Amino acid sequence: MIEIKDLHKSYKTGSNTLHVLKGINFNVAEGELVSIMGSSGSGKSTLLNILGMLDEADQGSYTLDGVPIKNLNEKIAARYRNRFLGFVFQSFNLINYKTALDNVALPLYYQGMKRKERLERAMAYLDKVGLTAWAQHLPNELSGGQKQRVAIARALASDPKVLLADEPTGALDTKTSYEVMDLIQKINEEGRTILIVTHEHDIAEMTKRIVNLKDGVIIDDRKVDQVKALQHV
Amino acid sequence: MFDLERWEEIFETIRKNKLRTFLTGLSVASGIFILVILLGIGQGMRNGISAEFEQDAANILYVWTGRTAVEYKGLNPGRQIQLKNADFQSTAQKYIDELEYKSAVYRIWNGVVDYKKETGSYRVEGVLPDYQFLENTPLMQGRFLNYQDHQNYEKVAVIGKVVKNDLFKEVDPVGKYVEISGINFKVIGVFSDPGGEREENRVYVPLSTGQRVFNGQNNINNMAFTLGKEDNFESALAASNKFSAELQQFLKEQHSVAPEDTRAININNSLENAKRFYDLMDMIKFFFWGVGICTIIAGIVGVSNIMLIIVKERTREIGVRKALGAEPWSIVGMVLHESIFVTAIAGLVGLIGSLALLELVGPMIETNYIANPSVDFGVALTTVVILVVAGALAGFFPAYRAARIKPIVALRDE
Ligand SMILES: Nc1ncnc2c1ncn2[C@@H]1O[C@H](COP(=O)(O)OP(=O)(O)OP(=O)(O)O)[C@@H](O)[C@H]1O
Ligand SMILES: [Mg+2]
Repeated sequence: MIEIKDLHKSYKTGSNTLHVLKGINFNVAEGELVSIMGSSGSGKSTLLNILGMLDEADQGSYTLDGVPIKNLNEKIAARYRNRFLGFVFQSFNLINYKTALDNVALPLYYQGMKRKERLERAMAYLDKVGLTAWAQHLPNELSGGQKQRVAIARALASDPKVLLADEPTGALDTKTSYEVMDLIQKINEEGRTILIVTHEHDIAEMTKRIVNLKDGVIIDDRKVDQVKALQHV
Repeated sequence: MFDLERWEEIFETIRKNKLRTFLTGLSVASGIFILVILLGIGQGMRNGISAEFEQDAANILYVWTGRTAVEYKGLNPGRQIQLKNADFQSTAQKYIDELEYKSAVYRIWNGVVDYKKETGSYRVEGVLPDYQFLENTPLMQGRFLNYQDHQNYEKVAVIGKVVKNDLFKEVDPVGKYVEISGINFKVIGVFSDPGGEREENRVYVPLSTGQRVFNGQNNINNMAFTLGKEDNFESALAASNKFSAELQQFLKEQHSVAPEDTRAININNSLENAKRFYDLMDMIKFFFWGVGICTIIAGIVGVSNIMLIIVKERTREIGVRKALGAEPWSIVGMVLHESIFVTAIAGLVGLIGSLALLELVGPMIETNYIANPSVDFGVALTTVVILVVAGALAGFFPAYRAARIKPIVALRDE
């Protein structure tokens, strides 16, 4: 599903260049649930953003579901983001003046779906994350866990090939984190490919594979015996 | 533009962001409102001043005399200059090609006019038939004086509207006889005058009759002339200045007045006044337009500021939308669509509000210098369009920039 070869990324700040990713090689097959770990500043978010086409690599190749991702103009990048990728952010990034339902429906708007149909679809996904009753609430009327579930529903709404989550539990307490992980595991069991950035070991143990980043290279990549989040809830 | 989904999205955004919409709308609506009111008042002032000046033929030259101020050829200063029929006739003869209308005026002092029991004191003048056009007096009834009246020393009179109302009330005055200082005159017409009541309480009789009956010999008090039409204002003004100067010189020679004497012979060149008047009008116009344009600029600056703030405030939202698959142009379109919609509606509200105010309050204004304030609808609409376009432009650049930046940068915006 995801193939990256020799990926490099550096940031220029003033006269300094900071080499963040120094040749990443890494494949993800369909249906995997991968966690990316590493200390702060090791380049986890940078990698995920490149995978999500929110940012561009300086060097190296990236193929997503057989499509080479290279020199995209913004228009095509937007279309790929919409069709192939779903994002979940640490800080939720819900649009604060839209209800939970409208937030979930937004990617479908950009697919050109008619209002009635997209609200129906959005409702189905809200139902999936257990928030039917909260459909008409604004984000600031929701708890952190609820917000993240809305964000997950939104990421799933466009039926993406890959779900990318940057510290989805970073702003949540342990119990809520496990609830969110339970949801992510269920979505993975339906066959969806998921990548999670985290630096919590217990969260990483709930995925099927852990990739460890250090100083811009992968130092460790191993399969794990998945711990079911449901046991902890 | 006709994408229903987009409209829904815009309406939702507007509904959820009332304050922002209100502020944008307020600055546009008030800008338009102030501008229209200003232009309306400016137009009202011009109307009012025009009405004040619209009394007589615009290019009239009016001659009157006074006492000499300087000694000349052994004649003492303080000598009263008396115009004669001969002055008028020779002027008329000399400028026969240039003059359009001409009349001498013999003023009958203490003009007491009686009809049956009613009596009143009016300004009575002996004039020539052309005087109707010189004084710009439309007739309401009957006819004005003609050359037969003049040649045959007819005792006929044309009376002003005020005189008719005073003396005749509801009675039709044409064909009736009035006594002017004890002598019977037959009323042949009634006139009105755009100059107002002040010029409608006059009585005109034939010049010849007036001079003979009231012992005026061949004296006249005034002369009035208009020159033939010229192609444009500038040449008309030049012609009338030339005529005025020549006439003054001629009359001074005739009456032995020193060339430098400025009191004895006076010529009121109304075109010269008209020029001052037109200049004044232009100044008023420029002033109000200047203030209006400043208002519009202030409005544009206001709208631009608001648009900048709105786009800045929405940067993160734009990042989210892009992460969810919004194309750059859909972002620009969203921002512009909203701004155009809001500024257009607000502009129209301001426009309608101010036009309604002018329409309601305008007719109630009763001063001499403001009359019927109004605005050219096209001009007002154009200003709305300008503001809308300015708002759109002001929104375009930040929106375009925000749409171009990488989503990750927009998302990082706090
Ligand atoms: N836009 C940027 N400009 C300059 N430097 C950046 C930028 N984004 C990230 N960096 C730097 O790149 C390095 C990697 O950042 P990244 O966000 O990928 O780290 P991370 O592994 O996600 O860390 P954390 O666990 O703290 O989120 C950091 O040193 C960071 O300071
Ligand atoms: Mg990070």
